[in-house]
Amino acid sequence: MRRLSASMTAVALVVTATTAYAQKTTSDGIAEYRAMLQDGNPADLFEAKGEDLWKQARGPKKASLAQCDLGKGPGQVKGAWAELPRYFADTQKVQDLESRLLTCMETLQGFDAEQIRNTPYGKGEQTTITALATWVAAESKGMRFNLPQAHAEEKRMFDLGKKLFYFRSGTHDFACATCHAQDGKRIRLQDLPNLTTQVGAVTGFGAWPAYRVSNGQMWSMQLRLNDCYRQQRFPFAVFGTDASTALGVYLGVTSKDAVAFAPAIRR
Amino acid sequence: MFKGITLKTFPIPTLTVLVMTLGLASCATPTMKSSNYLEEVQPVLTASFRAEGQAGMDRLTPDEANRLCSQSEYEGKPLSDKQTEQIRNDNFKTIKWPSNGLFIGDYKAGEIIAQDGRGKTWSDKEGSVNGGNCYNCHKISDTEISYGTLGPSLYNYGKLRGVSDVNSPTSKPIIEYTWAKLWNARGYNACSNMPRFGHNGILTEAQLQHLMALLLDPKSPVNQ
Repeated sequence: MRRLSASMTAVALVVTATTAYAQKTTSDGIAEYRAMLQDGNPADLFEAKGEDLWKQARGPKKASLAQCDLGKGPGQVKGAWAELPRYFADTQKVQDLESRLLTCMETLQGFDAEQIRNTPYGKGEQTTITALATWVAAESKGMRFNLPQAHAEEKRMFDLGKKLFYFRSGTHDFACATCHAQDGKRIRLQDLPNLTTQVGAVTGFGAWPAYRVSNGQMWSMQLRLNDCYRQQRFPFAVFGTDASTALGVYLGVTSKDAVAFAPAIRR
Repeated sequence: MFKGITLKTFPIPTLTVLVMTLGLASCATPTMKSSNYLEEVQPVLTASFRAEGQAGMDRLTPDEANRLCSQSEYEGKPLSDKQTEQIRNDNFKTIKWPSNGLFIGDYKAGEIIAQDGRGKTWSDKEGSVNGGNCYNCHKISDTEISYGTLGPSLYNYGKLRGVSDVNSPTSKPIIEYTWAKLWNARGYNACSNMPRFGHNGILTEAQLQHLMALLLDPKSPVNQ
């Protein structure tokens, strides 16, 4: 009951806020509403764990991640997630947050990246990546998405992501677009964000890492996409490969200027 | 009573357009630049996925209908009339009529299939019974409020189409149309989002007969 009245207050506040600042965009209004619902999100625990793991000396090299470059320079965590995926000169690849964290774990800490890439989600060092990603994403809270698109590879990955978004195949002929290219639709009672719009893209892409109430797990964006593809009846999407990175670029660029709010809480 | 059904008895909506298209084919120019859509996407998919359970890598090779629809939606350009007709005709040809001549099964069994969204993912056991996923996208019976809105409402499907007796000859065209649509929706709507339940082996003939009953049997809750 207390919870219900709290959310009703939140709705009322949003309505008031939206009315009072009519110049605000729809996505800003939704972002404020989400912020009010965030209270007590168990993702906070993963966030704290991630920060701790970042600072710990770990791996064969017994080093911390303090020198990890997430795109804004070594050790610069604030705002990094709002600009990912982006191109990295050292790997000569466009990387998303999680694959970049794995690169740092490999180069700085000496972990076996190939082994971690093939570790099931929720096991071993994959849980480390999820916790790290939760903390890093949270460090961009309130900032606006602004993925770089200057490098040719970044532009290519955006276009590739868009192509993949519309790619239909498998036993059911599903593409991402089958469910996520129209406004106001739902599957069963679940609202489906239109990922081709800024508001929809930030609702979908911007939420992860998120705490899932339905299974009590912290899910990274890589796992979110892996499970979308499972439900599309596609084969298994391998961690940190180009298809998921390209989709991340497409969705992140489409979210441009929307406010980052991850880690979210989801059904 | 539905013995001897052939494609000839079936109304083919595309026939006249097809004749026109074929007539013009010699002077038609491709409306879409010969894009390398598939050549760009395919190697990335091959490198980004691995086979798991029943979901093999062959699932990443789209047929011509999926290739054309994907590319058209990516480019934001509708298919040419010729491409549309090609997809509709190729898919229409795949439609198989019930081998025992029966179109209508048990609507209660149909409701269970319509509710079930499982099957064919890599985490589903191979050979397990597949569901129809129908409520994911359609309103069907009036009592199930948890329905999706990607597809049109199918509530009162048979009633609205005047089916008062599934054995009556007047019901025959809509019964055949519904079977064909469930078997392969792309025979009508070239880029329909609806899975091709018969053509792609998602549902068995018996399951389709039960779904037909759910939609068309006047006793089904759908038609109350």
